[in-house]
Amino acid sequence: MNAWATLTESVEAWKKRGANLNRRSAFWRRRIALFVAVVGPGLITSNVDNDAGGISTYSQAGAQFGYTLLWSLIPMTIALYVSEEMCARMGVVTGKGLSDLIREEFGFRSTFFVMVAALFVDLFNTVAEFSGVAEASEIMHVSRYVSVPLAAIAVWLLVVYGSYRIVEKIFLVACGFYLSYVLSAFLAKPDWLLAAHSLVLPSVHFNAPYLLMVTGLVGTTIAPWQFFYLQAGFVEKRVGPRQYKHARMDVLVGSISCMIIVFFIIVCCAATLNVHGLTNISSAKEAAQALVPLAGKWAGGLFAFGLLNASLFAASILPLSTAHVICEGLGFEAGLDRKFKEAPAFYSLYTALIVVGAGIVLIPKAPLWKILIYSQVGNGIWLPIVLIFILILINRRDLMGVHINSWGFNVVAWTASIIMIILTLVLIYTSIVPQAGAEAGAFIHRHLF
Amino acid sequence: MLHATELLGAETYDSHGNFVGRIKEMFVEPGDQPNRVSKFLLSRGQYRPLIARYDQIGIISPGRVALTTDESALELYQPNESYLSIRKDLLDQQIIDTNGRKVVRVNDIDLADNRTNGNTELRITQVDIGVAGAVRRLLQGIVPPMAIRRIQAKLPPRKIQWEFVNLVEPDPLRRVKLRLSSEKLAALHPADLADIMEQLSPDERQGIIASLDEQTAAETIAELDKRLQTQVVENLEPGRAADIMEEMNPDEAADLIASLEPAKSKEVLDEMEHREASEVQELMRFHENTAGGMMTTEMVVVGEEATRGEVVDYIRFHEIGVDQIDNVILINRDAMLAGTVPLGKLLLADTDQLMSELTSEPLLSVTPDTKDKEVFELFDKYNLRSLAVVNEHKHPVGAITVDDVVSRMRAKI
Repeated sequence: MNAWATLTESVEAWKKRGANLNRRSAFWRRRIALFVAVVGPGLITSNVDNDAGGISTYSQAGAQFGYTLLWSLIPMTIALYVSEEMCARMGVVTGKGLSDLIREEFGFRSTFFVMVAALFVDLFNTVAEFSGVAEASEIMHVSRYVSVPLAAIAVWLLVVYGSYRIVEKIFLVACGFYLSYVLSAFLAKPDWLLAAHSLVLPSVHFNAPYLLMVTGLVGTTIAPWQFFYLQAGFVEKRVGPRQYKHARMDVLVGSISCMIIVFFIIVCCAATLNVHGLTNISSAKEAAQALVPLAGKWAGGLFAFGLLNASLFAASILPLSTAHVICEGLGFEAGLDRKFKEAPAFYSLYTALIVVGAGIVLIPKAPLWKILIYSQVGNGIWLPIVLIFILILINRRDLMGVHINSWGFNVVAWTASIIMIILTLVLIYTSIVPQAGAEAGAFIHRHLF
Repeated sequence: MLHATELLGAETYDSHGNFVGRIKEMFVEPGDQPNRVSKFLLSRGQYRPLIARYDQIGIISPGRVALTTDESALELYQPNESYLSIRKDLLDQQIIDTNGRKVVRVNDIDLADNRTNGNTELRITQVDIGVAGAVRRLLQGIVPPMAIRRIQAKLPPRKIQWEFVNLVEPDPLRRVKLRLSSEKLAALHPADLADIMEQLSPDERQGIIASLDEQTAAETIAELDKRLQTQVVENLEPGRAADIMEEMNPDEAADLIASLEPAKSKEVLDEMEHREASEVQELMRFHENTAGGMMTTEMVVVGEEATRGEVVDYIRFHEIGVDQIDNVILINRDAMLAGTVPLGKLLLADTDQLMSELTSEPLLSVTPDTKDKEVFELFDKYNLRSLAVVNEHKHPVGAITVDDVVSRMRAKI
């Protein structure tokens, strides 16, 4: 309590200093205020990509292949930025959410199927997040029967009783907690020179497990629901075309910071697990536990804390975004700034997603790993559809005016999308056809659970 | 009764029973008749589409239309801005329900079919925004129409009468061509209209403001959230923005103009009438979180030796708005604040009672640089409805009313 008071005091003091500084120059005050007013959706969305499933995959990648996969982060950053930027631009220019636009331009039936897909895929994803909460709490010796219901209630209360502004602030703080991975990477004392080298110079290996891991990285990092959330975020913040450069900056900072966290997770696991021959890690939980003897209990603890934060964070955004998207697309009232009475469908759906998502994790002997695989498969099927919708919409001059994709941007966007689509289709294939190779099957099993 | 979904894609046959084409779109000409479907667009594959007029339509049933004329009597299709298209402008689009005061999305459209000697006329009666329409859209073409009708009979209907439907058309020229009036929107309470606008896209918001008169536009903009206010006003041309600002309370106008881009706020001030502009500029000097930033300069100031009757006559004569007379401010012969008279006391007093006998105790006032927190505390402690603001010479310069306090406090939560 005392620590909290000093913290808030020092935050207040900093705010005051910032305010004094700003007062000196009206110009800069205006610029900064404009940016702060816009920032948020991009940063939050990209960071939520590092959710429970993501962290498992990254730990895996580091443990199994050491530093050799780091190069893939740079193309992934570009793909993430390019695809998110298009959604941000659509939101800013049209002032409408992605599901609104799909409804208005592609009709009811397309929308309906997109919404049904959203419901199932996101439900599976929510289960994945709550099982992340369960894992993280079990590392800290708290039973999942305590932590998961508590997490579900906390998430529900936060969103239902907080206004959009408050919720967003809490989410931004959660983004900050990802820094725990940076700390645990430093505690792991990695070979920074080698890491930097591997980041810049690609070392592609053409063997099945390696390529599958690349696929897994892309599949867990770029999820279709994030586009809906991102666009809705900018619409709800009323960011207009004039502030577009700030929105773009927000997306850019978000994509890069997301990848920086991935970098540190991989480096942390590479420097410890991989170096000591522990290449057979199957989950973030195992990674955290294996870290303790190698890098000390702080490194392990921070790693587990990061997992808890990421899971909670994603568990509060995913159901929210899903309820939003579905209600918007089907014409029900939605939004945190409405009361339960005004938007009953929205709140019921939101509640149901959390209750069912958390409930499945609590069923004894529930086949969780199967659900995790289904969530990946679902993401994979849904992603191409959403990307193609986005690419069609962003090139419609009647919607976007002068803000349609330039020729060059289209080349990059289509290339990135096609690569993402191919990679996720490969991931689906190997997920549902485990006999596609005993090695690949065993790998998928390890990597997803 | 028919539904638009059942007719879009319907096969059309001419008077000899020959297949002509499929209905791709239906048009209403609001300039002619506000709800009659007047033209049917028939697509014919690679041939140019034809138009069937309402008086060429014989029998209409779900999925099938029979014409009363030969195919050769049909005209070729020419796009026309004054046509309201059912598929493109209505289905899946957002409309404003002026009766329920909210923005809704159209799932389907109900059409009444009136038969008169072999001819069928379709008129839009209601738009469907409920589950029934959604189910029809989903199943149309997969399940036979009669089966769909049986399913949806069991679903709760959610429909809006056509006369309460207000289209959201951002383009002002097209609004005129479609004869879209803003009367019903203007008749809504500004706060409701502002809520509606918050749910629309920026272009649509601009379209609504463009269609309102200055007084209504000012009241509506005042109810929008701050960021939207700035956005809406920045997108207006300076002359129009200035006209709207003149209609607003000076304190609200000052806050709004201060939040614009510096160049834009100068343009707007230049366009405003001199008196209003200087009032607003005066208010803009004060910091937002002080009494000066909250106060309005529109207030009733009278001498303390006036009688109640004289003051009421003065208020009537100058047609002073009811929101300014929460408190009447009294000054003495040196133009210094001498007291305030609340509306209630003014109402109940005798005609010849002196204003100075009606003042509320204690005499409260703040200076423009008083922090807003102190102002809130005063309002709370003394249950004020209005508070005078005085300068260093005790001359009244403005008044803070309770609605300003409420909106400031809410913004701080």
